[in-house]
Amino acid sequence: MQPANLLLLTIVLAVVAYGLGYARSRALAMPLGGIRHLKSLPGYYGVRAAVWCGLPALIILALWAMFEGKVIQMIVIGSLPPDAVPDSAGRASLMMSEIANVANGSLPPAMVDGPVAQSADLFKALQFQSKMYMTGLVISVALLAGFVGWIRISPRLNARRQVEAVLRGFFFFCAGVAILTTAGIVFSVVFETIRFFDRVPFLEFFFGTSWSPQVALRADQVGAEGAFGMIPLFTGTLLISAIALLVAVPIGLLSAIYLSEYANKHVRSTAKPIMEMLAGIPTVVYGFFAALTVAPFIADVASSIGLEASSQSALAAGLVMGVMIIPFVSSLSDDVINAVPQTMRDGSLALGATQSETMKKVIFPAALPGIMGGILLAASRAIGETMIVVMAAGLAANLTANPLETVTTVTVQIVTLLTGDQEFDSAKTLAAFALGAMLFIVTLLLNVLALKIVRKYREQYD
Amino acid sequence: MTDQTQQAEQVRRSLKQRYRKERRFRAYGILAIALALSALAVLFVDIIGKGYTGLMKTTITLEVTLDPDVMYLDDPTDPKQVRMADFVAPLIVAADKALPGATEEDQDALRRLINPYASTELREALKKNPQWMGTTRTMTFLAHSNVDVYVKHQGDTAYSIKLTEQQQAWVDDLVERGLVDTSFNDVFFTNGDSRDPAKAGILGAVVGSLLTMIITLVLSFPIGVAAAIYLEEFAPKNRVTDFIEVNINNLAAVPSIIFGLLGLAVFINLFGLPRSVPFVGGVVLTLMTLPTIIISSRAAIKSVPPSIREAAQGVGASKMQVVLHHVLPLAMPGMMTGSIIGMAQALGETAPLLLIGMVAFIVEPPTGFFDAATVLPVQVFLWSSSPELAFIERASAAIMVLLAFLMSMNGLAIWMRRRLERRW
Repeated sequence: MQPANLLLLTIVLAVVAYGLGYARSRALAMPLGGIRHLKSLPGYYGVRAAVWCGLPALIILALWAMFEGKVIQMIVIGSLPPDAVPDSAGRASLMMSEIANVANGSLPPAMVDGPVAQSADLFKALQFQSKMYMTGLVISVALLAGFVGWIRISPRLNARRQVEAVLRGFFFFCAGVAILTTAGIVFSVVFETIRFFDRVPFLEFFFGTSWSPQVALRADQVGAEGAFGMIPLFTGTLLISAIALLVAVPIGLLSAIYLSEYANKHVRSTAKPIMEMLAGIPTVVYGFFAALTVAPFIADVASSIGLEASSQSALAAGLVMGVMIIPFVSSLSDDVINAVPQTMRDGSLALGATQSETMKKVIFPAALPGIMGGILLAASRAIGETMIVVMAAGLAANLTANPLETVTTVTVQIVTLLTGDQEFDSAKTLAAFALGAMLFIVTLLLNVLALKIVRKYREQYD
Repeated sequence: MTDQTQQAEQVRRSLKQRYRKERRFRAYGILAIALALSALAVLFVDIIGKGYTGLMKTTITLEVTLDPDVMYLDDPTDPKQVRMADFVAPLIVAADKALPGATEEDQDALRRLINPYASTELREALKKNPQWMGTTRTMTFLAHSNVDVYVKHQGDTAYSIKLTEQQQAWVDDLVERGLVDTSFNDVFFTNGDSRDPAKAGILGAVVGSLLTMIITLVLSFPIGVAAAIYLEEFAPKNRVTDFIEVNINNLAAVPSIIFGLLGLAVFINLFGLPRSVPFVGGVVLTLMTLPTIIISSRAAIKSVPPSIREAAQGVGASKMQVVLHHVLPLAMPGMMTGSIIGMAQALGETAPLLLIGMVAFIVEPPTGFFDAATVLPVQVFLWSSSPELAFIERASAAIMVLLAFLMSMNGLAIWMRRRLERRW
């Protein structure tokens, strides 16, 4: 049976168990004189029976579905004659898809090597067996556990407490998904990064100034090594982020100041949501705008004043990214400016300072740590932004500070290295994970730092 | 005394300058807001200006004679014959008839006025109506994409017109006679992707987005709400809880592309799930949107006053009953608002989906959660990297559709916040 059908069947069984449990608790309560002699309401007995029936079965089903493919692959690869065993994980997955294609009939067996055709039969048999065992196990566990849960219903059993404990466990598990996700991220980047550093020396990656990950398909090709120096990517990322911050910080900060200190309620309530719209626009739209409108425009303007600008200039990507992060800067600064106590404002105004003097000399210094935190958050946003740079910045890893030239960024390289079909094992794809690890660490540090600053600052005035 | 008057005089003299500074500062603020708003306006005008033509298609109306001799087809009910028959020839003959000036040598040029798929359409029409054989019918076909570009963007220097001068003259003639016409581009909404811009549509991408969003919603809403309930109502003050909170806050700020790496390494390589499918996309987007949903759900739970909890507990409800029967229903509107905003974020997300392979060229709309699919933002990305401007205008049109979806979702969230949320 297919996992989806099995899932449905298990749910149906659990619903049946609910009905049976409900009925049994009522039946047990009858001779005692009604359901008020039960410890819990009949519904709780029903839910308890349903949990007994469904939960273990569903857990087994989920685990089975998750690891079925891997286990079958291991058995199939293990059964190959020694000379046909693939030498890398990439080869193995390629071979497995070949085997799977032969097994489901989309590839005629005559087209592949002998051992592959043989293991296709094994693969088919294993898949069939796996489905059989899974169906049998899940259904029998559901029935057995459901029966045990049903038979153990008694008037003195506090079903509510048990159901609530299970529910509470479920809530805890859901909260724990956040930890699992972080662990997943760390797991997925760390292992590949370690493997990457097996092939490319640590120092070359961090201090190399040339990046050209084109690993040759054949060993005798020129430049078969590829260069993995991340300095040009790092400077490119910094250049674009710096341009973005140069746009976003003044505009975001000044508009936040105006909206929180000067604007009347009406202006504030219209301008603010419209500015927030900038944050709701998908990044792919900004990328489209940057690549097809802003970049050609900048190239035109530059050539008309006698400068040479690339059609994928860092300036275009940076400017548009700056527009994108305006709302982050403005709403974060808005928060911190509003958190400055009114008494400080009143004190300054009472001494005869104008509003702008109050702002510049009193509120701004007081809000500065919070604003710095906001800027750091915006910076981490800019560094991790992907679509704008994928579409508007180039692929050439130039080590330059000229905003009219093409630069590339860490995120662009991750996307380029990992889209399309390639072996999963080459230094090229591993490099993407190493870059991802760097990106994760840098943004994490920025965020932690920013949150720390913001929190410390809040405590000051609370 | 003189000291004081001197000081007063000094202050009075500096006042003018100080007020000027004040006005300047105010003007900077207005300028900043104006810049931000005008950036938004330019963005919208640019997208709509580029994209509205993508919402129009160019058609060509021809009097097609289904002549058995031209088509090498005697029996239209015989599928084998229909398969072998020539459906291009009658179109060329019809075009030739519509343009009396054309000669034998112009056959190729004539053929390039009509969309390459027109012959397939004609074949399908004949299969359905075999009695049409031998008659002359007035039929409307899509024009060739070069004609489409010419009709829509004549005189626009950005577009390169790929028609010969003679073809241009023909098209001008046909436009004048009303045989070549532009109308609302329904093809754009009923077709999947195509190599031919005139036939390319967003249906496949919209269905892909829908399937992905269903997975995201089904997973992220219950998990997010459950996590929020745990953290707000049940979590003891201890290290584990702190650790969970730190994790959630950090995940909210992790770049989305990192979630793509997670999806690739864990779901595809470790669990062996297929690439390019809405299921994996939905799971990855779930992990990405969970922090948003958890944070807003917690805010919604926090806003339920403690008096409600105390009253319920006072009449003997257990902690779980208090939460499920009272707190949760009252916090629900706020949670749903937060979830809609999270879903809107997920709908516009592109980068992680690129990494899990949802960038395939998909012609047929996906039919299930494990079918290869692409999503609307990725479709925009694919089309906008095409060198053909005809695809660029379709990318703009797709952006308009995407923004329409997002705006209605956000509008719904705002409406719900105003109508359903209770202030205490």
